[in-house]
Amino acid sequence: MTETGIGAPVRRLEDQRFITGTGNYTDDVNVAGQGYAYFVRSPHAHAAIKSIDTSVLKGMSGVVGVLTGEDVAADSLGPLPAGWMIHSKNGDPMKAPGHPLLAQGKVRYVGDPIAVVVGETFAEAKDAGEALLGAITFDELPASVDPVATTAKDAPQLFDDVPNNTAFDWELGNKAETEAAFKAASHVTTLNIVNNRLVPNAMEPRAALGDYDAGTGTITIYTTSQNPHVARLVMSAFLNLAPEHKLRCIAPDVGGGFGSKIYVYSEEVVCGWAAKRFKRAVKWTAERTESFLTDAHGRDHVTKAELAMDDKGKILGLRVHTVANLGGYPSLFSTSVPTYLYATLLSGQYDIPAIYAEVDAVYTNTAPVDAYRGAGRPEATFVVERLVEVAAREMGIDPATFRKRNFIKKFPHQTPVIMAYDVGDYHASLSKAMDLVDYKGFGKRKRASAKDGKLRGIGFSAYIEACGIAPSQAVGSLGAGVGLWESAEVRVNPVGTIEVLTGSHSHGQGHETTFAQLVSDRLGQPIENVSIVHGDTDKVQFGMGTYGSRSGAVGMSAISKALDKVVAKAKKVAGFILEASDADIEFKDGNFTVAGTDKSIDWTSVALQAYVAHKFGPDDMEPGLKEGAFYDPTNFTFPAGVHICELEIDADTGVTTIENWVAIDDFGTIINPLIVSGQVHGGIAQGVGQAMLEGAAYNDNGQLVTASYMDYCMPRADDLPSFTVDHTVTPCPSNPLGIKGCGEAGAIASPAAVMNALTDALGHEDIQMPATPQVIWRAAQKTITKAAAE
Amino acid sequence: MPTVSMTVNGKPVSAEAEPRTLLVQFLRETLRLTGTHVGCDTSQCGACVVHVDGRAVKACTALAMQFEGAEVTTIEGLADGAELHPMQAAFREHHGLQCGFCTPGMIMAAVEMVERLGGPLDEATIRHELEGNICRCTGYHNIVKAIAAGSAEMSSGVREAAE
Repeated sequence: MTETGIGAPVRRLEDQRFITGTGNYTDDVNVAGQGYAYFVRSPHAHAAIKSIDTSVLKGMSGVVGVLTGEDVAADSLGPLPAGWMIHSKNGDPMKAPGHPLLAQGKVRYVGDPIAVVVGETFAEAKDAGEALLGAITFDELPASVDPVATTAKDAPQLFDDVPNNTAFDWELGNKAETEAAFKAASHVTTLNIVNNRLVPNAMEPRAALGDYDAGTGTITIYTTSQNPHVARLVMSAFLNLAPEHKLRCIAPDVGGGFGSKIYVYSEEVVCGWAAKRFKRAVKWTAERTESFLTDAHGRDHVTKAELAMDDKGKILGLRVHTVANLGGYPSLFSTSVPTYLYATLLSGQYDIPAIYAEVDAVYTNTAPVDAYRGAGRPEATFVVERLVEVAAREMGIDPATFRKRNFIKKFPHQTPVIMAYDVGDYHASLSKAMDLVDYKGFGKRKRASAKDGKLRGIGFSAYIEACGIAPSQAVGSLGAGVGLWESAEVRVNPVGTIEVLTGSHSHGQGHETTFAQLVSDRLGQPIENVSIVHGDTDKVQFGMGTYGSRSGAVGMSAISKALDKVVAKAKKVAGFILEASDADIEFKDGNFTVAGTDKSIDWTSVALQAYVAHKFGPDDMEPGLKEGAFYDPTNFTFPAGVHICELEIDADTGVTTIENWVAIDDFGTIINPLIVSGQVHGGIAQGVGQAMLEGAAYNDNGQLVTASYMDYCMPRADDLPSFTVDHTVTPCPSNPLGIKGCGEAGAIASPAAVMNALTDALGHEDIQMPATPQVIWRAAQKTITKAAAE
Repeated sequence: MPTVSMTVNGKPVSAEAEPRTLLVQFLRETLRLTGTHVGCDTSQCGACVVHVDGRAVKACTALAMQFEGAEVTTIEGLADGAELHPMQAAFREHHGLQCGFCTPGMIMAAVEMVERLGGPLDEATIRHELEGNICRCTGYHNIVKAIAAGSAEMSSGVREAAE
């Protein structure tokens, strides 16, 4: 391993600009003469719009213009689509009405955009927008907010053509075999689980800057996107904003995404459209409350889950019924999240012969719900790991022993729910985690806590996820509207420096460092001679972007393929210079050598010769040193591991302290351990947030009552401990680098670890997320009452 | 429109501003110092922390007019030319940032924390003092490490200067 190669803890190259305030986020970009957009949004969860009186804006200071749903219709701009087709049990296609860019006669959640006012300044736009809101007449309708109640016959209906507010009722697995397993079982564990609704809350609010070049007829949109090419594709193919070659999407520095910046939203499209309509640049930056109201939320499942065991604790079958809340409209990938990203992971790390899952996806008068860090896999892990823990407790088996008894031990392993796990060693990660947390000493620590009047608990979460999203043929057969390969282009300059253009997008993941490490490693060049270019559809030809922990496994594999081609061509160039066959050229540490001789030439000279083309002719080969590659994975990757949480409850107050956190993850090959650990830390914090602090709450009228940081409890530094993070390694066999992916593991594993620890401490299972101090205090009173009765 | 004058990063500045202009708007839009960020508009997240006369101030909920004649330091003014402030260097060394959006506010809050309390700071103190700064990426683990290291470096500098 070199100091900057694969496996080295290289300090991030992008940090210089972030620590000196010279980053370039969307809201930092300004175009001369820009106006500012203010979106007029629905104050009601469900209402018909009777009239909009734009004449109220006449004479108001600084108003550039206003656009409403009528203008959207006049310009034939399409609605925001759902990009993943799901079929119901009876074969019917899902019911997925499009989301108009600006409301078409009806609004379906608080925050649904109705009109945009563009002003000379943001303050003027907002003043005018607030005046316009007062000039809109609504016919308020009853709201349907609860995901279970929304399917009732008498519930308010969101759409005329979506009966029972149900998008689809879908199934996966084998119903008959699963029912037989439950009939044969000697013990069945049943849990009712609420997977709480979360708001992703990237620290950078969404923003957009649209600019129109009348000379070329091109719209440029700076946007806070995790995948600018997908944004451009959707805006062109579905929304009719502009054809792809006349539309440029730039996602510069992006301040966190966590899924919420995958989707195409109304605002960035409208900024591009308004720029063309008003012939001036238009800028919009969300206020935080707008982010709460309109960013796609995450999770929001209501589940009944059952696990069937024989008398020795061997799992025979698993059965779930889940209601998944899609919110007011189907967001871009929302329909894949509670289906193919959820039910396909219900086998967990276990050999389960029979699984059957039913998922009803429903509409409510709430913000759209889509992928949030983990996307379906945290929900699956929570179901499986809570079931397993409770089953072990009910059967009087140590939870670690129960898991070991049921772990998959032979690979590859075909689960009953599509996925074929390629490789793993689940014993190794569990054993390592138990050693590091000192599981043997837990009893002693629990007794010591009890002496202080505290309740101590320990909880495991043995998670698995499917990452490296995804083999295009496989996802196509499951309903995806796109392929999920990645592209790369490696350009070697005549002086030997290297530019890598990637379709992946970095919004905190450190690609400018890790991708450069791969190049430095393979080409033997100083890392500072490598630059990583991403996030601009005019620079990078195409790419599918960053989500689903795919940028290492898929994005870097594409770079690896392109590097192979570059090296092959460079060897040919070296062969001409050294007068040897390229088959005899060896390339190591940045030098080309004729095998078995001392004849060699360095990288820089080869790069120069590739461009000056003095040593070979047109009949020999093309000049230049630039190669591209598309990499389409052959399988998902399967990161897996064990997280253990140990905590202590003060039963008098409900205040709970996480005393220890051990994470042992198997991510396959690790490029930069510093960055990988950072991903795990952040994921754990979001999972602890879900388990103990966070929850988006709507009241019965559909008003979001947690719409600021004063109401929605974000994890802060003193809510969390420092974490112990370590690894086991089984390299992924399906990609050239052996990478599995690390971005979501922490958020997937951690909620179950917390809730298993809390319920262990409490001695009962009667508690749901978010387990806030008040919730824990109530649950602890039950523990105390129970103890007194015994 | 009234004029507001202050010293920003050592340079005197003077510009017209509407009375309702926030300090952060004055810095970002009028002076185009875009290192200071807005994350929440409600003084909860701390992405907008700057120093005003040596105190940490959340620039998203303060009016520019309040700071007539004040000495303001933003993240852009923290380094000494090409030489990073020890706290900036510590954030890079300990991977105390990912997306970078909260980072300017974190660093400015951390520097003021050490200046106010003296260093080096321990983990419990740092976690408590970070109450007004939210990060969504790092889980705070490496931010805490970075501030501990930065605080040690800052106080060793103070000791050397005193000797």
